[in-house]
Amino acid sequence: MATVDKAELLDTCLLAGRIMIEGGSEMYRVDDTMARIIDNAGVRGVSLFTTPTGIVAGLNNQQYVQVRQIQRREIDLEKVSRVNQLSREFAAGQLTLAELHHHLRALALHVPFFPMWLQIIGAGVLSATMMVVFTQRYDWFDIPIAAVAGIVGFLVSTYISRVTNVRFVAELAGSLALALVTLVACKVGWGLNPDNILIGAVMPMVPGVAITNSIRDMMAGHLLTGLARGMEAVLTACAIGFGIAVVLPYF
Amino acid sequence: MNIYIQALVQCVFAYLGTVAFALIINVPRRALNLGGWAGATGWMVYWVLFKVGCSIVLANLLGAFAIGIAAIVFARWRKIPVIVFTIPGLVPLVPGGTAYEAVRMFVEGQTDAGIGYLVRVIMVAGAIAVGFMLAQLFGDLTKRRIRLR
Repeated sequence: MATVDKAELLDTCLLAGRIMIEGGSEMYRVDDTMARIIDNAGVRGVSLFTTPTGIVAGLNNQQYVQVRQIQRREIDLEKVSRVNQLSREFAAGQLTLAELHHHLRALALHVPFFPMWLQIIGAGVLSATMMVVFTQRYDWFDIPIAAVAGIVGFLVSTYISRVTNVRFVAELAGSLALALVTLVACKVGWGLNPDNILIGAVMPMVPGVAITNSIRDMMAGHLLTGLARGMEAVLTACAIGFGIAVVLPYF
Repeated sequence: MNIYIQALVQCVFAYLGTVAFALIINVPRRALNLGGWAGATGWMVYWVLFKVGCSIVLANLLGAFAIGIAAIVFARWRKIPVIVFTIPGLVPLVPGGTAYEAVRMFVEGQTDAGIGYLVRVIMVAGAIAVGFMLAQLFGDLTKRRIRLR
């Protein structure tokens, strides 16, 4: 390969890394994909430093180094999957560097999400099924109210995370809302066992996956990533717990 | 309730719950169904072991191992990153119920009991992580063998 625009190459590589981290990818996959993009462009000798809050990439013994900040972190597996696909196509020679860059920029701006009504159904089904799975009690009467409480919590937390940049408030408000719904339902007599309902209803927000992933990151040697993501998960869990704890004494 | 009906309910609910969570975290459409099966497989492994009398830690470890293996097989088959199957598949195993009990105990002032539950949450999370790592080890071993041939 004759000449590659190294500044654009680094920009593309960092953009791919940023999208993957924002989508909640494992760190070793981010490292791997970024290194592959550089490698497939025919450039040798790259140093990468990746953390969940920022990434650095530089070419060894040359004056090219670039940094990107990462501010949003969520789970969006469609993004991870698409970057992976684009990287594969680039490796197979089906895309040029400019095309890859273009596709990645489009991907960073807009990813098709499932329609809102489907996500709401998802939150309801998740709450109802997980209530039975977690508690191991076949508490059929409480299933509808668990679904409703789960949907309310999900909607409130989604809405609040859109209007404010303050972190962890969304989870706090969401769990507060679903706990209030459960409280009212149990007082009126539509719900029997508030514990079961709450366990199911918080599931759409619970960071259990994030906690497990952070332990995995640490075991894989990404100590910084593991600590940062673990801290984020613990704070989210505390926010949810606090929201429920406020209402719990009134049951 | 009859044990077979219980098993059927558990399997169906684990599948539905996994797919529902996959909708929330925007899993690619073509991976929805398989992700659900990964979750149901892992949960059934855990549930059967738990019913047989295994310890929670071992049951979680083997459940996570089953999810990891299923995810690796699906990922190679469909050429989708493994994480697309493991994250939703994990949902039924996540120690959400235990974490809730811990919070409730702290709120009620029973700090000792709360810490007990908290330790259990950490142990289960660790067991799941180890199960995944074993699955990944299995994946790496088989990958290398294919490349050598």
